[in-house]
Amino acid sequence: MDLYYYPGCTLKTTAKNFEIPALESIEKLGHKMIELPRWNCCGTVHSLAADDLIHQLAPVRTLIRISETGSDKVVTLCAMCYNTLKQTNKIMLEDAEKRDRINNFLDEEKDYSGNVTVLHLLEFLRDEVGFDVIKQRIKRPLNGLKLSPYYGCLLLRPEGIGIDDIETPRVIEDFIEALGGKAVESPFNNECCGSYHTVNDIEPVVERAKMIIDDMDNRGADGIVVGCPLCFFNLDYRQKDVKSSYNDFNFKPIFYFTQLLAIALGLDEKICDFDEHFVDPRPLLFSKKLVLGGQKRK
Amino acid sequence: MKRIGVFVCHCGLNISDTVDVKKVIEEIGKLPEVAHAVDYTYMCSDPGQEMIKNAITKKKLEGVIVAACTHTLHETTFRNAIASAGLNQYQFENANIREQCSWVHKDKKVATEKAIEIIKTMIEKLKLNQSLAAINIPITKKALVIGGGISGMQAALDIANSGFEVILVEKTSSIGGRMSQLSETFPTLDCASCILTPKTVEVGHHPKIKLLTFSEIEEVEGYLGNFKVKIRRKPAFVDWEKCSGCGLCSEKCPTNVTSEFERDMGTRKAIYIPFPQAVPKKPVIDSKNCIYFKTGKCKLCEKICPIGAIDYNQKESFIEENVGVIIVAIGYDLLSKELIGEYGYGKYKDVIDGLQFERLLSASGPTAGKIKRPSDGKIPKDVVFVQCVGSRDPEHGMPYCSKICCMYTAKHALLYKHAVHDGQAYVFYIDIRSGGKGYEEFVQKAIEDEKIIYLRGKVSRIFKDSRDEGKLVVWGVDTLTGKKIEIAADMVVLAMAAVPNEGAKELAKKLKISTDPYGFINEAHPKLRPVETLTAGIFLTGCAQAPKDIPETVAQASGAAARAITILSKPELEMDPLIAAVDEEICTGCGICVEVCAYDARKLHDIKKMAEVNEALCAGCGACISACPSNASIHKNYTKEQILRMIEEIT
Repeated sequence: MDLYYYPGCTLKTTAKNFEIPALESIEKLGHKMIELPRWNCCGTVHSLAADDLIHQLAPVRTLIRISETGSDKVVTLCAMCYNTLKQTNKIMLEDAEKRDRINNFLDEEKDYSGNVTVLHLLEFLRDEVGFDVIKQRIKRPLNGLKLSPYYGCLLLRPEGIGIDDIETPRVIEDFIEALGGKAVESPFNNECCGSYHTVNDIEPVVERAKMIIDDMDNRGADGIVVGCPLCFFNLDYRQKDVKSSYNDFNFKPIFYFTQLLAIALGLDEKICDFDEHFVDPRPLLFSKKLVLGGQKRK
Repeated sequence: MKRIGVFVCHCGLNISDTVDVKKVIEEIGKLPEVAHAVDYTYMCSDPGQEMIKNAITKKKLEGVIVAACTHTLHETTFRNAIASAGLNQYQFENANIREQCSWVHKDKKVATEKAIEIIKTMIEKLKLNQSLAAINIPITKKALVIGGGISGMQAALDIANSGFEVILVEKTSSIGGRMSQLSETFPTLDCASCILTPKTVEVGHHPKIKLLTFSEIEEVEGYLGNFKVKIRRKPAFVDWEKCSGCGLCSEKCPTNVTSEFERDMGTRKAIYIPFPQAVPKKPVIDSKNCIYFKTGKCKLCEKICPIGAIDYNQKESFIEENVGVIIVAIGYDLLSKELIGEYGYGKYKDVIDGLQFERLLSASGPTAGKIKRPSDGKIPKDVVFVQCVGSRDPEHGMPYCSKICCMYTAKHALLYKHAVHDGQAYVFYIDIRSGGKGYEEFVQKAIEDEKIIYLRGKVSRIFKDSRDEGKLVVWGVDTLTGKKIEIAADMVVLAMAAVPNEGAKELAKKLKISTDPYGFINEAHPKLRPVETLTAGIFLTGCAQAPKDIPETVAQASGAAARAITILSKPELEMDPLIAAVDEEICTGCGICVEVCAYDARKLHDIKKMAEVNEALCAGCGACISACPSNASIHKNYTKEQILRMIEEIT
């Protein structure tokens, strides 16, 4: 059966350099991910208001597109898309009253009953590919690179939606170790990154980013691994603002998990387009002999 | 024809406001079988009862109907009244014209007609009532108490001191329970051991108490007054008859294991007596950790024992006992801190629970009463106490209040300050619930005299400081100032929710008693029958029912014992005969009634091959009557003929 993936807006625009390493790595691992045809917005933030069904329509349409392909699952790359699609799918599966109202409203679409499984790529790698298989396939082990996993909220919450235990998740730790790196645990790996405050009020985001990065730095991490583009933005780009407020702040490179997978699988680091990062991870990777020279500081 | 007297009660205005009592009397009086019909304001009052008794004598009544409130209130009153006038008490019927008529209707005319109908149906029933005699059941004059904590011990002592034999079963090797792990008790701060040991010693030596420690309940059969209990004695691998409790074996044993009694804060040997004041003071071998059991070598304890009490071949054994009553006193445990993710899932050594802190405070504990934190033995200077961990937390704990934590946390903080004068104690709380004699004063004293900082709010996260390995960072909120709080603590004590002991549900199943969703044993009535279970003859006490402190537990234990003694002190049990019976002329022995009976009151007679009723177990529910295909099952004084006539009367 074909494996479809749902990219969402960010992966197709500012985070192209997370999508390409994902596609190429998955191909290298012997699977092929096909972009879902006619996908639309995932709905962004899942609406928790009980009577706010209009906000469930966008994700339902996407879920219908998936079921039209004949596939019973979809892989997402972005934590926000994952969370929104999975929460809406749960409503369609479990809440008959809401399901009927939504299906009646979408009279041009086929009725949908929640039969698609929504996966985040990390879940797919863990449960369907297997970290032990990845371990065997890697060409360039990360040579003990010390990395702190950072989960944020959308990969873990709420209970029953998240891909791992809310308080002590292991999936990124296990992922890092499968690639030959060393996971540095931090209690702040599920603290809030500041989320959309970054749009109109960066102050709380700056404070959170500093707190999280400092803690991981103190615990000996050389870099941080994320699975959500918004977390990436807040932890990477906002370091510029952290530095302008705190002169003694140490920059810390941030990786999207797909980039590390590509590097470990021996793919060309150019597909990761590290030029797009605010904190250039290449000096760190170079020090571990994971990339050839070439670095740039914005 | 039976001469029937009908007595209609006004119940003040409760009935007479809606029912025309005079009209009722007039109508009922016309019936041929009614020899006497009168009304009165309060039929249940003494003059009301006298009225009935006089009428029975003067009018030679053979049956009495009182039309009044529900039978659950005054049936016994009126039965006794007519019995004292010489009539069989089962020639009484109660017509409910209050709950089922006057209270639920407004239209006086309709209500009056309905009251008449109700009385007429009861007359139809009464006409065919048999005179019955109460059923007498013998009682085994012995009690079983399950659980040897303060609650079980108190109940056992009360019963034994009343002259009845008691079998006390405890699953660990010593009695004393949770209280034996405590340091000092609130609000008077007397040492727990000092007030507990006189009780354990008394239980240990009481001639009427048969103490079976290291034992568990295997099977329970029977019913009120006649329970048959099978008790499993676990092998101690030590002959306790011979053993003098000298302790040489534990001294010589080379294997150290974490001690359950010390809540994993200290060690014990593979052959051990859990604590110095244990009763009985006899060791057991933990075969999972014993070198001999693992490798076949060692036997040091056998070599050192001067009287040859070690017996590696001891097997588990079973004892059967007959008892009349059972008291369940199985106590509580604490919710595992491994379940609370945001506080580290139990992975930080210096985050401990309340019972672990009790062991740190205890003179006989792993630190000999010095407050040293588990990770490195340092004296903690900043200690954070967190209340309501897992309690009052329906999201990922228990919705109920564990009741004892507010008090023991105040005690902990106070004792900590007594031991570490330059230390600082912080308490996070939701509310302070200090109801009890001297309790509020105790908490206020702790706050004011010891300068303990009470912060009203919850703790969101506990983690190791990234710069200082020795510090635990506690994030919380003070909802009174609205400020976020961060404390760098040396140790954190969690007041974990009190939960039922492991195996509570399983034991409840064996005893055929019910539990709440968490596993606490249900009482028969939350207010009026708090020490009984719904199964006759089985009582409950202590934290087996719900979390409670020592004074309340002891009071409940004495209450349960008193209820048990009420049964044991009777020569025989008198039971209502309004139960099922079998017409042996008709019964085919098909066995359907045996299957439908929820009370195990039915069985097939071995030789006669016919159904029979265990009169002590039958609750008179009527399931067998409706299930019997050949009409051989009868309900005494509720025969099919009676019920059909009652229906006919109103249709």
